[in-house]
Amino acid sequence: MLHKDSCCAPKVATNVTTSTEITDSCCPPAKKSTDQCCPPQQEIKSCCPPSKDRLKAGYRIESFVKGWIDTPIGEIPVIDSKLQAVDYRGRIAMRWGIGRDKYTVTPGLYAIGSPDEKSEVLVSANYKLSFDVLRSSVGAIDAWILVIDTKGINVWCAAGKGTFGTDEIIRCVHMVDLQKLVKHRRLVIPQLGAPGVAAHLVKKGCGFGVIYGPVRATDLPDFLAAGNQATTSMRRVSFSLQDRTILTPVEISMLRWQILYVALALLLLGGIGSDIFDFSAAWTRGSGAIVAGFVGLLSGTVLTPMLLPWLPGRAFSIKGIWIGAGAAILLCLSLFSESGFLNQIALLLQVTAISSYTAMNFTGSSTYTSPSGVEKEMRLAIPCHLAASGIALILWLSAAF
Amino acid sequence: MSKNEYLKGVATLKLDQDKCIGCSLCTTVCPHAVFIVEDRLARIVELDHCMECGACVGNCPVTALSVNAGVGCASAIIHSWITGEEPSCDCTEGSNCC
Ligand code: SF4
Ligand code: SF4
Repeated sequence: MLHKDSCCAPKVATNVTTSTEITDSCCPPAKKSTDQCCPPQQEIKSCCPPSKDRLKAGYRIESFVKGWIDTPIGEIPVIDSKLQAVDYRGRIAMRWGIGRDKYTVTPGLYAIGSPDEKSEVLVSANYKLSFDVLRSSVGAIDAWILVIDTKGINVWCAAGKGTFGTDEIIRCVHMVDLQKLVKHRRLVIPQLGAPGVAAHLVKKGCGFGVIYGPVRATDLPDFLAAGNQATTSMRRVSFSLQDRTILTPVEISMLRWQILYVALALLLLGGIGSDIFDFSAAWTRGSGAIVAGFVGLLSGTVLTPMLLPWLPGRAFSIKGIWIGAGAAILLCLSLFSESGFLNQIALLLQVTAISSYTAMNFTGSSTYTSPSGVEKEMRLAIPCHLAASGIALILWLSAAF
Repeated sequence: MSKNEYLKGVATLKLDQDKCIGCSLCTTVCPHAVFIVEDRLARIVELDHCMECGACVGNCPVTALSVNAGVGCASAIIHSWITGEEPSCDCTEGSNCC
């Protein structure tokens, strides 16, 4: 039963040495993949097979596992604190939303450095990017890493949804028999996981007290060296230029279907005119509209997030207006200077509306917007976006006659 | 104006000082320095910085705190307007509301 829940059942590693039982209890290479663990195409992660089985056909050990450490609860994989090319490739793909759902690490216990019974236990989500950030930023420390099953979602997001939470932590602590591994009774949990965790309930449920670690994994070595003390700045979430721009590719790739449909619709609508339908007009007017749409999109998803702190207004939809309107005016003066008054007004309205709307969507990626605030902003902004788009469409269509 | 400030006066965070035992856990978990604890009593000092993440609420051992926690994600909220469900950010389907 325990073994079914996860492929990293520690009991197996401790008590069982024959390969048949290993295959039964975990990581069956022939079986169909379940999202729980060990999808065959993704090969076997670090979890179960004891040394002599590790070279079996069908098994592959994750590239980040560089050795094994013997403990009272069995052999634990030691992970590499250096990222390899494959990790970087995966990282780029993830930022663009490619295969975003499947970038996971098998939950269970891992070691970094050469930890012992006094070493800290760091809790992490099983999202590969978070895991990579953790192992590459801790440097030369000795610690245990307890990866809990958050269904491949990062800590912050999973905490909001409750998958990174009290119950899962308690379950994993019991599952790996943590109390047999370490003498102390402390877990270091990333502060960003706190929305899903109730420290006093974790303590009640598994006997381990919770220490909230710093917000950024890069601060972990200093935090540990200071005897688990975080400085004020380690506790604060920032939202740097890099944080803001790194999210842009995902924002855009999320919209890729909408972009395609809108572009096709614009090409069709562009052809409507006094000759009923004109292919060359479809091309010139339609492509002009598509260019305008892209400018609006880039204003809202790239420029606004980058310039966020310097744009006037608190609401993101207002911040997006400045950039959108600015970009539209530039377009009217350059590319579309000959397009006529109606088209230019339509352009101004539409580019601004797109920019404002997509900027507003960026609230979901920001680290300081409250749901109550976003909802309030949306109640005011969305009717304006719809109205502006409607008027722009009518103007643009009537300009063809 | 601090550079990361969102709309004013909308946060739903409430603190019941009568219950507070001054354990400071809320100051530890809050990512935006909303609280300070003085004389073993917590106080809200930056209500407008609260992003309603709920971290403080769940960790307060005496339930002195409450907030209308949720996801501040526009597409999740639109979805909830249409379907009437609670806004939830479903990151498993490739959306990026977190
Ligand atoms: S966590 Fe609760 S009891 Fe502790 S200081 Fe904050 S409000 Fe008071
Ligand atoms: S809900 Fe989150 S941001 Fe608001 S006070 Fe609590 S911990 Fe801080």
